[in-house]
Amino acid sequence: MITLSEIVQKLSLEVAGSEGNLERRIVAGYASDLLSCAMNRAKKDYVWVTLQSHANVVAVASLLDLAAVIITEGNRPDEETLARAQREGVSLLLTPKTTFTVVGELTALGVRGEPEPSS
Amino acid sequence: MSQVPQITRIQELIYELPIERVMTKDVITVSPDTTMSELKEILRINRISGTPVVEGGRLVGIVSIEDLIKALEKGDIHAPVRERMATRIITVQANESVVEAVKKFAQYKVGRLPVVNERGDLVGILTGGDITRGLLEAIGLDYHAEEISRYRARHIFEDIVSDRTGLILRYRIKARDFSGGGSASSKIKRALDRLGAPPMIQRRVAIAAYEAEMNLIIHTDNGGELIAEIQPEVIRIVATDNGPGIPDIEQAMQPGFSTAPNWIRELGFGAGMGLANIKKCSDSMKLESQVGVGTRLEIVIKVSPVISSGNSGSEAAASDGKEKP
Repeated sequence: MITLSEIVQKLSLEVAGSEGNLERRIVAGYASDLLSCAMNRAKKDYVWVTLQSHANVVAVASLLDLAAVIITEGNRPDEETLARAQREGVSLLLTPKTTFTVVGELTALGVRGEPEPSS
Repeated sequence: MSQVPQITRIQELIYELPIERVMTKDVITVSPDTTMSELKEILRINRISGTPVVEGGRLVGIVSIEDLIKALEKGDIHAPVRERMATRIITVQANESVVEAVKKFAQYKVGRLPVVNERGDLVGILTGGDITRGLLEAIGLDYHAEEISRYRARHIFEDIVSDRTGLILRYRIKARDFSGGGSASSKIKRALDRLGAPPMIQRRVAIAAYEAEMNLIIHTDNGGELIAEIQPEVIRIVATDNGPGIPDIEQAMQPGFSTAPNWIRELGFGAGMGLANIKKCSDSMKLESQVGVGTRLEIVIKVSPVISSGNSGSEAAASDGKEKP
């Protein structure tokens, strides 16, 4: 399983929010800009790709215990959102790339939409 | 989640802990007149690799196993320590924080630092190993304290005897308070974690409470109240508000149906999935509403005994995410 720091490096992501847990392992990925859909489908240790950058993204990530949120298309969270991410230990990874590109790159690195069945 | 605070906790501790808390207090010392061959025995017997040299209570040097090896090479083993010791002594103060010692270890590449008090008297000695041990002990204490508080929370339902024990968490939710959105449900989830609820129950409650909380924020005139009643066998979440009310409940329950205006949709809300998500996560839900009066949503999630003994159907439905939204 790939770690957050590998993804940060390979996708040239900017780390915002909490930096403490970049050695966390990612089990799978999910992409959507609708928060309720993320709430429904994303799970613990998933990476979530979205262009949304407001404080509720942090709430969803924290409630689901996601590994990280990749915020696309150059959207930047405001200070309040960053502070909340810091407080709740949520890693926000920023990129100017589109969601489509990021998902493609994650797939190339072996991240799938479902966790691999444990052997 | 718990890995993050631990790293910062160590960083904090390096600044918080005074050196006197981690240093070795029973310092083995030698006098300048001790011979190197006597020193060899002292190091061997005490299993140490160096020692301060003290004359009349005053620190005059420091001598290590390296000095001993050099003396051996030169056949100088019977020389007094005075001739082989290092006299440039780097010390630390007992009341300084551990970070000062860490800096000095890095700067001077020494293996041990004599610790002195304000008057310059030798009161202890510090090695890298002492720091590691001191930090581990301090973390252990913290960890232990956290364990005890978790243990207490976990046994609250056994400790308090009544016919029906429950814990009620009540939150006032403001309308349009998007930046605060999710904070009540986060607190409910944290409480469940402390109480030792299984992760899958925590997840279901978190999703249901979040959607109910966001509904109060997005759709109500004046906000509302979110109440979580936690009992040993069941968790009940109730969201109430005083308007505007839902005209057609059946339609509202349809996945994808949303009355959210565009600006809210642009924020990623109003997918029309809120009530559908709640239904999926709950063992039962009841939605009552009257236009102009208000809405009451009651969600029931059953806790472990039910899940482990048969009712795994709804559990699977809530977790595998296979069905079409």
